[in-house]
Amino acid sequence: MLPLRLDSILEGRRSQPHQLIEVLQDVQEQEGYISEEAMRAISNELGVPPMEVYRVASFYKAFSMQPRGKNVITMCMGTACHVRGAKLLLSQATGLLGVNSGETTDDGLFSIEQVNCLGTCALGPVVTENGACHHHMNPSKLRKLIKSIRRAGMEETSDE
Amino acid sequence: MSRDFTIKIKTVSELEAFRKRILNDLKKARVVLTLCGGTGCQASRSEAVSTAVKDELIKQGMDENVHVRVTGCHGFCEQGPLCVIEPGNTLYCNVLPDDAREIVTKTVRDGEVVERLLYTDPVSGKTIQTESEIPFYRAQDRQLLAQNRQVDPCSIEDYIAIGGYSALAKTLFEMAPKAVIREIEASCLRGRGGGGFPTGLKWAKCREAPSDEKYVICNADEGDPGAYMDRCVLEGNPHLVLEGMMIGAWAIGAREGIIYVRNEYPLAVKHTRIAVQQARDLGLLGEDILGSSWSFDVEISRGGGAFVCGESTALMASLEGKVGEPRPKDVHTVVDGLWHKPTTLNNVETWANVPSIILNGSARFASKGSNGSKGTKIFALTGHIKSTGLVEVAMGTPISKVLFDIGGGPANGIPIKAVQTGGPSGGCLPADKFYLPLDFDALAEAGSMMGSGGMVVMDEGTCMVDVAKYFLTFLQDESCGKCVPCRLGIDRMLEIITDITEGRGKSQQISLLEELGHTISQTALCGLGKTAANPVLSTLRYFRDEYEAHISKEECPAGVCEALITYEIDPEKCTYCGVCKLACPYEAIMGAKEEVHTIDLQLCQKCGICRSECKFEAVQIN
Ligand SMILES: Cc1cc2nc3c(=O)[nH]c(=O)nc-3n(C[C@H](O)[C@H](O)[C@H](O)COP(=O)(O)O)c2cc1C
Ligand code: FES
Repeated sequence: MLPLRLDSILEGRRSQPHQLIEVLQDVQEQEGYISEEAMRAISNELGVPPMEVYRVASFYKAFSMQPRGKNVITMCMGTACHVRGAKLLLSQATGLLGVNSGETTDDGLFSIEQVNCLGTCALGPVVTENGACHHHMNPSKLRKLIKSIRRAGMEETSDE
Repeated sequence: MSRDFTIKIKTVSELEAFRKRILNDLKKARVVLTLCGGTGCQASRSEAVSTAVKDELIKQGMDENVHVRVTGCHGFCEQGPLCVIEPGNTLYCNVLPDDAREIVTKTVRDGEVVERLLYTDPVSGKTIQTESEIPFYRAQDRQLLAQNRQVDPCSIEDYIAIGGYSALAKTLFEMAPKAVIREIEASCLRGRGGGGFPTGLKWAKCREAPSDEKYVICNADEGDPGAYMDRCVLEGNPHLVLEGMMIGAWAIGAREGIIYVRNEYPLAVKHTRIAVQQARDLGLLGEDILGSSWSFDVEISRGGGAFVCGESTALMASLEGKVGEPRPKDVHTVVDGLWHKPTTLNNVETWANVPSIILNGSARFASKGSNGSKGTKIFALTGHIKSTGLVEVAMGTPISKVLFDIGGGPANGIPIKAVQTGGPSGGCLPADKFYLPLDFDALAEAGSMMGSGGMVVMDEGTCMVDVAKYFLTFLQDESCGKCVPCRLGIDRMLEIITDITEGRGKSQQISLLEELGHTISQTALCGLGKTAANPVLSTLRYFRDEYEAHISKEECPAGVCEALITYEIDPEKCTYCGVCKLACPYEAIMGAKEEVHTIDLQLCQKCGICRSECKFEAVQIN
């Protein structure tokens, strides 16, 4: 029995060390991050030493080793977005939320992340919120976005 | 939308019969309404538009004879969501779900044009009705991109309808592997992934390598930030890439292919998976393809988001489930590649060019382009330019034609200062080099690179030292750290550039930067390090005065480098609107209602948000 719901991910991939990255991708997608527990399980099931699983998981940007906030705000820092003011947006987000990129707010509501390019460069600067793309961003649009998420989050907690 | 195919196509004549049937079905449609559903247009809510249009057609009872096709990217992303209606080639821009009714009633039913949805030419101020008349499209030569508008990427029928898989049929039954390679060699096709290596030569070497197991790989890692041609081709026309890979595999003798695609492109991953499944279902992938007794299959692997994994040996390490570190290429990957087997790795666009070379002949392909660079190339035109998007032109087209005829010139009325090509491995070219042709050799000679086709336009408001610093920061972060010159060299260069942008630079540091740059180029292990100094060296070559101003005058001429500027509010222009105060994340702006606002320089972090928000241009840089 696996501690996590990894069974379906590992299906057909057991004892195949070269499937490591694909498995990590799926775990990241399903769980939102790669926990130590998941790394141990993957190591056992694929037959890859735990050290190697950790090395691979920490090498690639796609994998996060910590749980992330409920809303992941991802800032594109690619060249096309950079020349159109991506830095302003990053300052706006970090300033407003009081955390740096790669960190999560204390209430667990927001994480700020960076990405090198999302492939929507023509519409830059681009910010995604849990994968949903917001294009032609500017600081005030970003402020509104963050505020509306916050409001929705508060309503949710007061509902509970 | 993957479906179960009950039929299998087992011979070439069955393929032709299948094609005929699809074409007959398509003829039944009186009107074809094409909606762009690429990543860019999806970001502008194109899905809601297509749902609204389909609903409206049903409501008005016209869904029978109107064919709605949701396609991949058309390239004119800035104007999305896009909708093209045939017959008539009418193009509607920035379409909203609420427009569906008018489009269906007026254009589809009555054949009238909805004037307000047409494209307005920014130069003449006039509206333009058809796609083919718009300067952005007119000046291009869209050999690959034009197909994106003709196919639904999730429909193998659409691809077969436009002649898909006939090049494969020709290859399998009319050409020996060596003849295929000769044809590719004769076309002078060079790799579109950045290096420009002759594709035919690569295939020939891989064919010669002795082994009964070989691989073909499609490089869809597209690590260059600011470029998205590969995404668009794979996402919009995945069967074209598959067919190219199949032809290459036949030529070199491979039975397995892998598409290594960037995980940041979820739509490309999805469409590629569907395409592979559909090809398998129809029997175009798998055993005994078209009755040729040749077998081939393709797998899809998602990248882990490391720039260095676009490099051939790092990519192969990553496919083996390992850390993406490059290895020395004393023996080339065409001999010793994935799992130590001969492997042919080509870029998405390279593979996409193959089917038409086989079908229409190398001479037709080679009739376009310049001396050393044949065919067309797709560029991602972004940054400070009016019409951003994907642009396909014959190689050798002057940069200026792309920037001004196609791109429409600067976006905000501020003159263009430079264009960056080749991404982190490339360089910045100044305005007086815009006459240069876009070909591999001319760009390399000028100190930049064709790269994979990114073209980031920068206007006078951009600081070139800051741009160099941006790329070094990127490369420092992305260097795998395996070899010393790259790991320490980039670090050291970044340290110097940071000194310069923060006013601590010394004039002798410029020559030190150049020396370091040349040393890294000569000694680094892989292409990442070998080209890492290009952004610095090219800006030093063309924009040295900006470096000097930072050093001797402690000034950033473009007003970008934070340490060298201060922000101030012009009391004459301030209208006390309070927007800047509200916007400042650091609470550095003071001022009551009806009072001129001021910036507390102690608290100011110089992020520049106040300046970008002020509608009265009251925030100034000193
Ligand atoms: C650091 C680095 C990153 C690269 N990234 C890519 C990439 O994202 N896509 C690509 O096609 N080629 C990339 N390349 C080039 C590949 O190594 C290789 O030359 C290319 O995929 C071969 O295909 P082609 O001959 O069709 O261009 C990169 C090279 C280096 C050194
Ligand atoms: S640079 Fe931001 S999406 Fe490509």
